[in-house]
Amino acid sequence: MKQTHLITAAALLALSPLVQAVDKHEPAFSRVIVDEFEARDADEGTVAAWEAAAWYGGDLNKLYLSTEGERLMDNGGETEGFETRVAWNRAFAPFWDWQLGARRDWQPDDPNRDWASFGVQGLAPYLFESEATLFVGEEGLTNLRLEAEYEILFTQKLILVPAVEANFYGKEDEELGIGEGLTDIEAGLRLRYEIRREFAPYIGVNWERQFGDTAAKTRGAGDDVSETTLVAGVRFWF
Amino acid sequence: MTTSPLMGRRRFVQGLALGTGALGIGGLGMSPAKLLASQGQTGAATLSGNTFNLAIGGADVNITGTTRPATLINGSLPAPTLRWREGDTVTLNVTNYLPETSSIHWHGLLLPFQMDGVPGLSFDGIAPGETFTYRFPVKQNGTYWYHSHSRFQEQSGVYGAIVIDPAEADPQPVDRDYVMVLSDWSDEKPEQIYATLKKLSHYYNFNERTIFDTLRDFREKGVMQTLKDRHMWNTMRMSQSDLADVTGYTYTYLLNGRSPNANWTGLFKPGERVKLRFVNASAMTFFDIRIPGLDMTVVAMDGQPVKPVRFHECRLGVAETIDVIVTPEKKQAFTVFAQSIDRSGFARGTLTPDPAMSAAVPEMDPPPLLGHTEMGMGGMAGMNHGDMEGMNHGAMDHGKMDHGAMKGMQHDDMGHGGMKHAGMQHKGMQHDGDHKVPFAFVADNPDLAPRTSAVQHLDSEYGPGVDMRAMAPAAMLDDPGIGLRERDWKVLTYADMETAGGPPDSLTPDREIVLHLTGNMSRYMWSFNGIKFADSVPLELYHGERARITLVNDTMMTHPIHLHGLWSDLELGGGRLLRKHTITVKPGEKLSYLVRADATGRWAYHCHLLYHMEAGMFREVRVVDNATTKEARS
Repeated sequence: MKQTHLITAAALLALSPLVQAVDKHEPAFSRVIVDEFEARDADEGTVAAWEAAAWYGGDLNKLYLSTEGERLMDNGGETEGFETRVAWNRAFAPFWDWQLGARRDWQPDDPNRDWASFGVQGLAPYLFESEATLFVGEEGLTNLRLEAEYEILFTQKLILVPAVEANFYGKEDEELGIGEGLTDIEAGLRLRYEIRREFAPYIGVNWERQFGDTAAKTRGAGDDVSETTLVAGVRFWF
Repeated sequence: MTTSPLMGRRRFVQGLALGTGALGIGGLGMSPAKLLASQGQTGAATLSGNTFNLAIGGADVNITGTTRPATLINGSLPAPTLRWREGDTVTLNVTNYLPETSSIHWHGLLLPFQMDGVPGLSFDGIAPGETFTYRFPVKQNGTYWYHSHSRFQEQSGVYGAIVIDPAEADPQPVDRDYVMVLSDWSDEKPEQIYATLKKLSHYYNFNERTIFDTLRDFREKGVMQTLKDRHMWNTMRMSQSDLADVTGYTYTYLLNGRSPNANWTGLFKPGERVKLRFVNASAMTFFDIRIPGLDMTVVAMDGQPVKPVRFHECRLGVAETIDVIVTPEKKQAFTVFAQSIDRSGFARGTLTPDPAMSAAVPEMDPPPLLGHTEMGMGGMAGMNHGDMEGMNHGAMDHGKMDHGAMKGMQHDDMGHGGMKHAGMQHKGMQHDGDHKVPFAFVADNPDLAPRTSAVQHLDSEYGPGVDMRAMAPAAMLDDPGIGLRERDWKVLTYADMETAGGPPDSLTPDREIVLHLTGNMSRYMWSFNGIKFADSVPLELYHGERARITLVNDTMMTHPIHLHGLWSDLELGGGRLLRKHTITVKPGEKLSYLVRADATGRWAYHCHLLYHMEAGMFREVRVVDNATTKEARS
């Protein structure tokens, strides 16, 4: 009897490298999501705007890339500015991830800005998609950005999405005409129809307004501090 | 035989199946025509004897109107039914023609672990182009099944039934005998389904709450009450309609490989005793089975005979089998109706005395919504589940429930420091001698950390991979389950059944192992005790010991839990056991079963929902000799 057990044990030990053969590795997945890809009916002409992200990784650790920006399509076209971000995204709670990364603001006429980013994103109670990110830039610049988004289902495919974003600066960025404190709020309301989950055309309205010193500087330059536009676009992912 | 366009297209695979069948039974001298007469129009042939040649390979099938690639055995969907005899030694030469590693697991069979067919535990798997010979003595009889245990091959067609004739006369002789293989087919590649779930876990759920549901609740329940009711779901961030991860949006549900349109048909003569051997061979789907106009009598579950019980409907978990006997007296056709748990689709077939006759197909029920019971809140606290018939749970007015009692509920933003033990000792479901059984404790196995009670949540359950924990998990063996509680006919539950001949083994365990079923739906992570397989340590059972495994379902999904190689004797209370190989655990449920560790080796233990298993709801169980283990460690 003892002999048998020893043989069994030997067999088990001999087999132990096979543990590796069991599917224990964590596969990586990826998703590209173009949340907004739209035309805006702005005062200066048609503006193309986008907001897109991509991730690659496993359940807990992901590499995130994202970009958002605007480009004037009329009069030969001119990119009004856009940003790109890269981050390591780490799940730390059932509905929450933190993000550690970098952001670059690309400006066609003005100097670019580089930032380090520290963020938290996730699903807040009441199912608000939320994100709070602190950006720390050169020369003591800081930017706090708060974002929230919600989905209201009219049907399984017709979905209304209110979204809001607010930016705060810790000190003014004179070169770019940005003041201290609350700088701007952007709010959107988009109604999309998911032809498939992956592909949904939408229409909506987008409202942007500057505040405080930022608004004052803009007014001083003779520009509008507030703009409301109708938008039409597509949301897609794969 | 009707000739709908769908059936015409299906004949491609059908023809192959018959061809193989004819080869396989040639030795028995049975013609294909006779085979058809005895088997009806099943999608699969029957291979009998003790030596079998099985070929796993790619094939094209057309279930939905589109030709799609499948992985099949002998070109047949489902795979051929294997008919063995108890006491024989069977030899199965399995050749892998796929471009990737494959395997066959004999589900529910007692055999040497090297023959169990789990790559990485039993053997290396079957490499492309190679043949692996399985050989083992058949020590049991009844209805079982076999399937690939490699990646997602089971989803794309590598599954079939096993029928083992008893060595002695069948205690329940019948006039006809049909294998009823239920399964779920998708035109999508299973790898893509899994990736989609990881990207957007509710992708396949098209029954989400809309604003009109809220407006209706405002009208019916009042604004304040609606807001109060919604508060819990909104703070938990859970969907009340999340009954199935993968649904009829992508699945076509099959009976013996036939879609509802293709209508599998079995013949009978009025007055005959007909045995139906249901096998749930689906990857992800719980089926609610009934035959309107006909009661069924269960005679076996998971291959093991049970004391007969008459019933009208049952929920069959993934990987479970149930043998029922029906005795249609009239010369009329009956529909075999098996709707998915989330009511997103159904499988259907016909039992008829005349191939020209068919019966009406019932409407599907409205999709049920998850409630307090499923949240593991003891929403039914204090209620006697034995008296459930009178209660209308479906229409239960949540507003009248005491939401104050939910304040103690744990969810994720709450600190867990002081809460873990509070109010969790569940009353009224103590097992015989429960308190005497020590909890298994192994210092280097996080699954077996010290416990003060079975419902206590371990520290490993607090992390990104676990989105909820049941506060007051309850005994629910006599609960028919969500969507079946309000039936005005008899729904079979585990509590109704008992292994024939009394307890097949001791009622007294030596040790108790507690595992909580855990997950995070939105991240599509699944685990035991919050620990997925990749991070786990094998659970060790000592050879010969009688272990109690207690499962607590901390998720809002129903999980079929399958232990390879050893019986799971479900504890029904009152000295009764139900011997099974796969045990369905409902949301919010706590149950336990006894396992005799009588076969040494390395066994798989997992949730049989394919994508949950892949995500990590899986353990290795090692049956080892106690002393040997210590020797090997030192």
